[in-house]
Amino acid sequence: MYDIIRQLEEKRERARMGGGERRIDAQHGKGKLTARERIEVLLDPGSFEEWDMFVEHRCTDFGMAEQSTPGDGVVTGYGTVNGRLIFVFSQDFTVFGGSLSESHAEKICKIMDQAMKVGAPVIGLNDSGGARIQEGVDSLAGYAEVFQRNVLASGVVPQISCIMGPCAGGAVYSPAMTDFIFMVQDSSYMFVTGPDVVKTVTHEEVTQEELGGASTHTTKSGVADKAFTDDLQALLYLRRFIDFLPANNREKPPVRPTPDPHDRVEMSLDTLIPDNPNKPYDMKELIEKVVDEGDFFELQPDYAGNIVIGFARMEGSTVGIVANQPMVLAGCLDIASATKAGRFVRFCDSFNIPLVTFVDVPGFLPGTAQEYGGIIKHGAKLLYAYAEATVPKVTVITRKAYGGAYDVMSSKHLRGDANYAWPTAEIAVMGPKGAVEIIFRGDLGDEEKIAARTEEYRTRFANPFIAGSRGFIDDVIMPHGTRTRICRALRMLKNKDLKNPWKKHGNIPL
Amino acid sequence: MFKKILIANRGEIACRVMKTAKKMGIKTVAVYSDADKLALHTEMADEAVHIGASASSDSYLVIDKILDAIDQTGADAVHPGYGFLSENAKFAEALAKKGVAFIGPPVGAINAMGDKIESKKLAEKAKVSVVPGHTEAVADPDMAVEIANKIGYPVMLKASAGGGGKGMRIAHNDEECRDGLERARSEAASSFGDDRVFVEKYIVQPRHIEIQVLADKHGNCVYLNERECSIQRRHQKVLEEAPSPFLDAKTRKAMGEQAVALAQAVDYCSAGTVEFIVDKDKNFFFLEMNTRLQVEHPVTEFITGLDLVELMIRVAAGEKLPFAQKDVPLNGWSVEARIYAEDPFRNFLPSTGRLVRYRPPAETETVRVDTGVFEGGEISMFYDPMVAKLVTYGKDRNAAMDEMARALDRFQITGIANNIAFLSALMAHERVRSGEFSTNFIAEEYPDGFNPKDAVQDDPTLIVAVAAAMHRAYQDRAADISGQVEGHSRAVSADWVVVLGRDPHPVSVDPADGGYDVTYGGKTLKLRTDWQLGDSLMELTLDGKPQSVQVGRADVAYRIIHAGTESRALVLNPGTAELYRHIPEKQPPDTSKFLMSPMPGLLVSLAVAVGQEVKAGEELCVLEAMKMENVMRAEKDAVVKEIKAAPGDSLMVDQIILEFE
Repeated sequence: MYDIIRQLEEKRERARMGGGERRIDAQHGKGKLTARERIEVLLDPGSFEEWDMFVEHRCTDFGMAEQSTPGDGVVTGYGTVNGRLIFVFSQDFTVFGGSLSESHAEKICKIMDQAMKVGAPVIGLNDSGGARIQEGVDSLAGYAEVFQRNVLASGVVPQISCIMGPCAGGAVYSPAMTDFIFMVQDSSYMFVTGPDVVKTVTHEEVTQEELGGASTHTTKSGVADKAFTDDLQALLYLRRFIDFLPANNREKPPVRPTPDPHDRVEMSLDTLIPDNPNKPYDMKELIEKVVDEGDFFELQPDYAGNIVIGFARMEGSTVGIVANQPMVLAGCLDIASATKAGRFVRFCDSFNIPLVTFVDVPGFLPGTAQEYGGIIKHGAKLLYAYAEATVPKVTVITRKAYGGAYDVMSSKHLRGDANYAWPTAEIAVMGPKGAVEIIFRGDLGDEEKIAARTEEYRTRFANPFIAGSRGFIDDVIMPHGTRTRICRALRMLKNKDLKNPWKKHGNIPL
Repeated sequence: MFKKILIANRGEIACRVMKTAKKMGIKTVAVYSDADKLALHTEMADEAVHIGASASSDSYLVIDKILDAIDQTGADAVHPGYGFLSENAKFAEALAKKGVAFIGPPVGAINAMGDKIESKKLAEKAKVSVVPGHTEAVADPDMAVEIANKIGYPVMLKASAGGGGKGMRIAHNDEECRDGLERARSEAASSFGDDRVFVEKYIVQPRHIEIQVLADKHGNCVYLNERECSIQRRHQKVLEEAPSPFLDAKTRKAMGEQAVALAQAVDYCSAGTVEFIVDKDKNFFFLEMNTRLQVEHPVTEFITGLDLVELMIRVAAGEKLPFAQKDVPLNGWSVEARIYAEDPFRNFLPSTGRLVRYRPPAETETVRVDTGVFEGGEISMFYDPMVAKLVTYGKDRNAAMDEMARALDRFQITGIANNIAFLSALMAHERVRSGEFSTNFIAEEYPDGFNPKDAVQDDPTLIVAVAAAMHRAYQDRAADISGQVEGHSRAVSADWVVVLGRDPHPVSVDPADGGYDVTYGGKTLKLRTDWQLGDSLMELTLDGKPQSVQVGRADVAYRIIHAGTESRALVLNPGTAELYRHIPEKQPPDTSKFLMSPMPGLLVSLAVAVGQEVKAGEELCVLEAMKMENVMRAEKDAVVKEIKAAPGDSLMVDQIILEFE
């Protein structure tokens, strides 16, 4: 018996050492933590239950039979974050460069299957050189098995990817299908084809960092949701992020106590909207002054800045925030912002997270770049997402709500539950100047007349009361009381029950 | 007594005058420009009259508009505050013609003191000591040497039209005097087109000390002690105090009596200030007289217990001074710090915009805040960048300064840059504390401007304890989240490691009644506070000692601001802290080689090209922000390496405009 126990300990020790001391030092030398260290930081101390520590690959080609490490390059299992269950896999770059073998993939699939059965999030910590080339098609099959599970789990349990090293080729498509992708600056990159192939095919010279580093994906491509400075920051942030998410699509978002009173008054919001309708203001100030403790977890902060998305809490309970940002492109909708917000709205709807929308939108961005790029189809994504969503929807129009963009932004017509407007709201087909130039085309030469007409249009339409008279706005509220009104609406909506007609799935314009 | 006073001013001083008027039961009228439609003074007054566009030349400086406002409201007296029309004799005359009382001195006194040469002659006649020198231009080097020898070295050769240090030379002997005259003359000629040069005694280590005088219309005049205003930056006062740490009773009396003599020589009435320059041997020389209420009057009010505005109103209404010189008290010590909307880390560049957060410390018997703005208000580019005056009182100098340091710690401003960090650093500065400074203090101590490292805290105990307590509070709450696995609910440990910079500080933190007990470095500290999660200000006692820190979350760390220093504290569990050594230190990119846009705006023009050598102070580009053109100048000699923005570009804050080699 004693011998057997010792043998177990030895096997465990070998597994824990991963690729050995030299490779662990190399990992540390790159400023990266090892797969196990990452799990240690991510989970509550002592809560990790490891599975499949003794799994080894079955490959015998190219001398692989002699090289085998228990665990096969990925650490999997479950544990808790602030007491809540999550499943995790963490690829071990010190073992075969974290490359994905058939058995490596099986380990990942096993915890994904389990997570779906019990309804808990799956977190992937990616650090892998790619497919285990020695295994050939077995490795590719492994990827596909993971992809298939990503798709089946989508909308059932939250899936989060944290890219903490290389992630190239087909491997990128697993994170791509998860709900959120986070990256670590300077030590992670993602691309479908690497710089060498790019050079051969298109003759472009580009570095790994430029092609697929964290800054590329958080500013240019919008693939990643947020970048962190280092491994520790990424993992500690992940802990905070997980606290916002429900465990699965059958549960409500988690609740935690807050000392922030629901009826907190913010007098300074009464002066947030500048006198000049063309002057921008920072929508994030409104968000931070309305949500619990000013704590707003913004996603994609450096991409499509004309729309702001992220999680916050009202009275301790998670809400998804979507807001036009007048500071960037006057807050108008375009391809990137509609795609960014559309996907976020769908995530919230999948996981019962109420949506709070702040509207100041002058319309869609005009231009050939947008039209050729397919703004019609991409803009429709956000419209579709809002229209489809059955979670509680609370909307506050702070200033402009013009044209089709008014309809899109969680309007009453798209089953908005509580639609409020500040007294400064202007709900109309377009701005007074543009409108008058169309309606009174004949008077265009007469500046005085146009000015008078513009003023007339402004008084008539540039206010929330016309919309109010139709019932498209439930109430005109004082800016300083915005938090109270949203909290009350969310309380009222707590038991909202709304179902869309049965269908296999809708056909969102992709 | 007056029935209704119009305050021909704005901002904090208008509010301050109204406070006293209200206390006296007098109605108040505010005047406001476009930009001040929602300003605090406009809100505070019983009546408010719009007087024009935002620029002060279209509103606050237009006498006729003020007169119209008087007609509209029937005000029977006007308080001019400081600045604007306060020392404008024409304004005082116009009011006199109208039969409306001017709460200030008579026209004659304003005129007499408004002229530099005239006032100096008057002062000499009144036996007030003036800076020794010759008021006529020097004809040749021999004459310069002769005068220099008469008044004694060192002397200053000063261009008549001078300013900004140009055309100024200091001479310690005859040779330097001859040589200096040549140079001063040629510099003056080339800079100002006027080569007249004067010789004057050069004051070594000068201090700026001023005497507050107060006179009624019945020939009574008293001095209300002095104020020391030596801590200035480019002639802009930063820190003032009363009394001066430098004066003795004898000098105070001598200065006070001369100030009174001067006031009486011009038949002064109301409050006024006689400014002196004082050398290191306590010799004092008359500089000028300000015929109005000074910005820094509250320090005098604290040490005398008087309300200067009330007394100004009373003497303007013809009342006699209710006390004599011998009754003027001097109790305790008072310090004033001016809160400016200026960025000390960007060479004190003025900052405009929205006051996202504005929470001055609460007023107490020892803390006074004269403020003209409010949270959600706007700091516009049209007026002085001073947003508030913070004034504290103590039984002695140290007590007043400690109180100031704490009050600054509590002063919360976000949305615009401000000088609170700089003021906090001053309060901790050895020379400020010892009182050994001159008007050159800021130039000497901060020759390259103010840098974050200029305010270094050596003892991390407070920061460590605050970070530990905050972290414990956040962790305890995190452990209260719903949906935990049965039997696996999170238990929060007491042991943590606070990482400051790269240094680990192991602590143990336990909740205790009314706060936390933090064991650090072998000692258990009692941190007591009613701070709650999300509060941006933590008022606490640490082992009984009261402290105030501003706190927030910065990424996964905590931001803690105290004594002008912002610290970032990362709190890790001991296991994670072990791993911290593997995490590389990422340096923020070196930005000194870049010219970055200090504000969002439009690049109007570029004055340089790639490869061009520029000298410090040379124009690089013009940036338009909020309809104002800002000329960006080179901070040091450099060569332009690359230009990264083109005229017409919209720039974000910190966007790179060009790169130097």
